[in-house]
Amino acid sequence: MRLRGLRKILFFGLCGLIAVWTIFPVYYMSLLSLTPWEDLFKPKLYVNSPTLENYTQTLQQSNYFVSQFWTQLYNSVAIALLTTAAVLIVGTLGSFALARIRFRGSRFISGMALFTYIIPSSFLSIPFFKLMADYDLIGTKLSVILVMITFTSPYAVWILWDYGKTVPSQIDEAAAIDGAGSWQLFFHIYLPLILPAIVAIATYAFLYSWNEYLYAVLFLSGETNITIPVAMGNFLATDDAPWNLLMAESVLYSIPPVILYYCFRRHLLTGLVTGAVK
Amino acid sequence: MRVGDPGPSTRSILDSMAEILPVAMPSPTVVRREHWSRKTSLGLLFCSPLILIFLVLVITPMLYEVYLGLDRTIYPAIFSDPIFIQTIFNTIIFVGVAVNVKMFLALVLSALFCVEHWAIRVLGGLFLLPWAIPSLPGIFSFRWMLNGQWGIINKILIDFGLEGYPWLVRRPTALAAAIIYHIWKYLPFWTLIFVAGRRSIPRELYEASDIDGARPLQKFRYVTFPMLQNLYLICSLLSMVFTLGDFVIIKLMTGGAPGDSTHVLATLAYRYTFQMGKIDWGVGVFTTALPVTLLFIFILIRKVK
Repeated sequence: MRLRGLRKILFFGLCGLIAVWTIFPVYYMSLLSLTPWEDLFKPKLYVNSPTLENYTQTLQQSNYFVSQFWTQLYNSVAIALLTTAAVLIVGTLGSFALARIRFRGSRFISGMALFTYIIPSSFLSIPFFKLMADYDLIGTKLSVILVMITFTSPYAVWILWDYGKTVPSQIDEAAAIDGAGSWQLFFHIYLPLILPAIVAIATYAFLYSWNEYLYAVLFLSGETNITIPVAMGNFLATDDAPWNLLMAESVLYSIPPVILYYCFRRHLLTGLVTGAVK
Repeated sequence: MRVGDPGPSTRSILDSMAEILPVAMPSPTVVRREHWSRKTSLGLLFCSPLILIFLVLVITPMLYEVYLGLDRTIYPAIFSDPIFIQTIFNTIIFVGVAVNVKMFLALVLSALFCVEHWAIRVLGGLFLLPWAIPSLPGIFSFRWMLNGQWGIINKILIDFGLEGYPWLVRRPTALAAAIIYHIWKYLPFWTLIFVAGRRSIPRELYEASDIDGARPLQKFRYVTFPMLQNLYLICSLLSMVFTLGDFVIIKLMTGGAPGDSTHVLATLAYRYTFQMGKIDWGVGVFTTALPVTLLFIFILIRKVK
């Protein structure tokens, strides 16, 4: 599109405005993470003498606030990976049944999946806490993983089902004629064909649990048990929180999701709403 | 139509044949039932992990919450707490303003992002950043920017000869900050959804309106909006239900301060339950919001399915 005169100015002005609005908080976060101690309380739009000290302190765990950084990172990764694995198992099996086998109760299951996807997760926080306390699971990774599975598998089933429906059923019939059973169909035909959706769902489940704050803060406590977001939230418990250090940890914590989002953004933009577009 | 399931016409033929030849033809209903039960057990087998999750981790907590919420003595107690009443208003403001402003902006911006231009491609890449970055870092960045003493916003205001303001220590501006953060974080996602929506509108409709001499606003009024109406409604409802349960923004942006005046449902329930030890009050907060939430969910399920 070619633009001239006033329209061109308006167009680039608007683009510039959106760019600044989008970037500024991210820029400011990165700026603070490079700010040395003595400059923290002198707000500026740039940093005079940038330092990597906040990053080295975080990575070497040489500050009280980040003394368990690697353990907490391990906790975050472990919870996210185990959730992803479990969601993939639950999601692929369930979606196979919904997409390939017509059976009684399928409407109930898909309705239930939609309901669980939509209901705000925090609404169930109190009964979940009680439930985990009854089973003595408070403080374990398992408690967080179970809740993450609960809230991510419905969406996983929905997306995988939607994708699975596009695979022509003639393939199943041909395989059945060749004597393939349901499990062979599942492993050798269904799973390879829905691989793109599986990648999207794995990313979604990983990011969902990586970003989770509420349930992690409810169920986990103690420096060596908590995840990164909980540790970052704990910075605010003190009045003299080292914000430049917090921002360095924030940047490090943001890197994996940003990479995943940019790699898989096309897959992540699908979902319930795309059905309404068609 | 179901695979292997006789269609209506075939079935009526089979039925009439069964009437004529009652002995020779097996009853079609028996065939179908056998077929069904084998498929049903197979389907349920594949869905068993999912069903287990629904029973143990969705329905059980849900029923438990409703059971706790049936205790009628909770409601006079929490409704006489002025903080609870204020929290309801805060939640309505937060959800109502944040979601609707965001959706409107997303609809408008999606037009810009449909323009074919190198600047839009660059901007489109940048624009994803707030969506990609987890909630916490963004909230921290906003919180420090708005800090009354050391925040960059006040610094800029003072440099321009204006006065600084304690943004997060006054209720209206603290709520506004939470709303602005919500818009910053989620605008990109919904904009891209509407971009996808706009791209799926058949080009012929625009070509036809060009022939009729429609102006840009008329094209929006008579082509784009009718085509996107349903999507817009679904997205708004979905986003409202999600935002109704938001915890992290208020918790980490204001912490409910000043003086518990900026709580939303989830943060107040957290405070009642885990800081004051009043589990029934916490449950009461959610069960009070449950009818509206379930109504929204019901409408959504009917729209999406």
